[in-house]
Amino acid sequence: MSDAMLSVNQIHCAYDSVPVIHGISLEVKEGEIVAIVGANGAGKSTTMRTIAGLMHPVKGNINFLGEDVTQTPSYAMITKGISFVPEGRRLFSKLTVRENLELGSYIEKNRAVIDERLEEVFSLFPILKKRENQVAETMSGGEQQMCAIARGLMSRPKLLMLDELSLGLMPSLVEKVLETVVEINRKGTTILLVEQMVQEALEIASRGYVIQTGRIVQEGSARDLLESDSVRKAYMGL
Amino acid sequence: MSTFVQVMLDGLLAGMLYALVAAGLSLIWGVMDVINFAHGEFLMVAMYLSYWLGFLAHVDPIVSWVASGAFVFILGALTYRFIVSRCIGKAAMAPLLATFGLSMFLKNFCLNRFSPNFRILQTTVLEGKKIILGDIVIGLPQLVTGLFSLAILFALYFLMKKTRLGWAIQATAMDREAAELMGINTDRIYLLVFGLGGACVGIAGGLLTSYLAVHPEVGALFGLIAFLIVAMGGFGSIPGALAAAILIGLVEALAGFYIAPVFKYVAVFAMYLAVIMIRPKGLFGW
Repeated sequence: MSDAMLSVNQIHCAYDSVPVIHGISLEVKEGEIVAIVGANGAGKSTTMRTIAGLMHPVKGNINFLGEDVTQTPSYAMITKGISFVPEGRRLFSKLTVRENLELGSYIEKNRAVIDERLEEVFSLFPILKKRENQVAETMSGGEQQMCAIARGLMSRPKLLMLDELSLGLMPSLVEKVLETVVEINRKGTTILLVEQMVQEALEIASRGYVIQTGRIVQEGSARDLLESDSVRKAYMGL
Repeated sequence: MSTFVQVMLDGLLAGMLYALVAAGLSLIWGVMDVINFAHGEFLMVAMYLSYWLGFLAHVDPIVSWVASGAFVFILGALTYRFIVSRCIGKAAMAPLLATFGLSMFLKNFCLNRFSPNFRILQTTVLEGKKIILGDIVIGLPQLVTGLFSLAILFALYFLMKKTRLGWAIQATAMDREAAELMGINTDRIYLLVFGLGGACVGIAGGLLTSYLAVHPEVGALFGLIAFLIVAMGGFGSIPGALAAAILIGLVEALAGFYIAPVFKYVAVFAMYLAVIMIRPKGLFGW
């Protein structure tokens, strides 16, 4: 447990006192890509939202880099090194790409550092450089997703959390976006992602967790999960 | 012809002032979806402050607007912290009713302390000064107030559009949760926005004292006109507020002169009704 960057211990979460997460534990080690997979409504996004501080667990705790962040408010998580790209992209729709990216590094006050990071994300997503002064809502779904990931990187997080990247993207684009995730990881950012596209997610991950109705039902190396009969039957239709 | 120009000018200058009053309301509404019912009373408080500073300490309104702006900024921030923040996320009417209560309190407090008498500052720096261009006369107090309001409005617009803080405010308005994820403390943004909205109306009130009498009911009409402007101009839009405010200023001046002074607000509200029936989202709303 001690070498984990992020460790989530037996969290229980509820919406308006209706419990939806019944004791989930997971951990992410530095440098990994960890995938949380499962069907719609299993509690994947709730788990992510709880880690990001948008809601707090009713029981259990969350540790990040040895610090208890269970009750840390969401706006403070980014200063600790966690950046969360929420489901549905959630760009600031009437602001330009540039302004969205600038807000991604809102906590950074040094202009030179911000410019350097802008260059970095533009080299990762050249299309965004072209769209720099375009209003976010006028871009295609794929471009918006890239912008959302880029915005998430602007704080140069230690851990990047990605929720349902594939949502609303055509399959060829999903592949491209996931390739970029691998590239980001290779450059040193640890990644925790949630996906309904189980196979695609597990193919790029090092480890995975399978969530079902608010519980973890299976965990292990991504390869083992990909080969396990129950995962193949339940999620890949094989 | 020169009469027409004169009336138009009067309307234009009044409109610029209305724009600043409305911008404060519009900002709060646009960012927080909260109607500050005490907005007009904030103006009244600013006017009293400016009046007493002038009467007791002989500080001219041309200077004391800074104090009025700062004072109402703090009043706005306190209103958010102790009243509005407790109502947000509850019933939709809660902030409206709470600020309505605050407006009643402020009005009656001033009535009790300062009596219902009209008070006007004598011997201000600008008093009685005017610019005369042929047949056209422009009162300097009105001119300075109008141009100043416009300048503050431009500063506010610049803040919102060109600074990182402005983007953070806009981001909070568009998606509060996503803004939190950027590290923006949105509760603090709300506090700031309520303060800024107060500062706008505070500055307007401070300037207004140079030519308008203060009394406990003075805010009511301004508050009402500010609502009209915001509804007509589109929620949260500063250019929309400016355009709607000038339109209202012009209609008010023209109707007041060419029909009868008692009809000027009839014309203003009739126009509002017509606009809302034809274009419910306002003239410049999205």
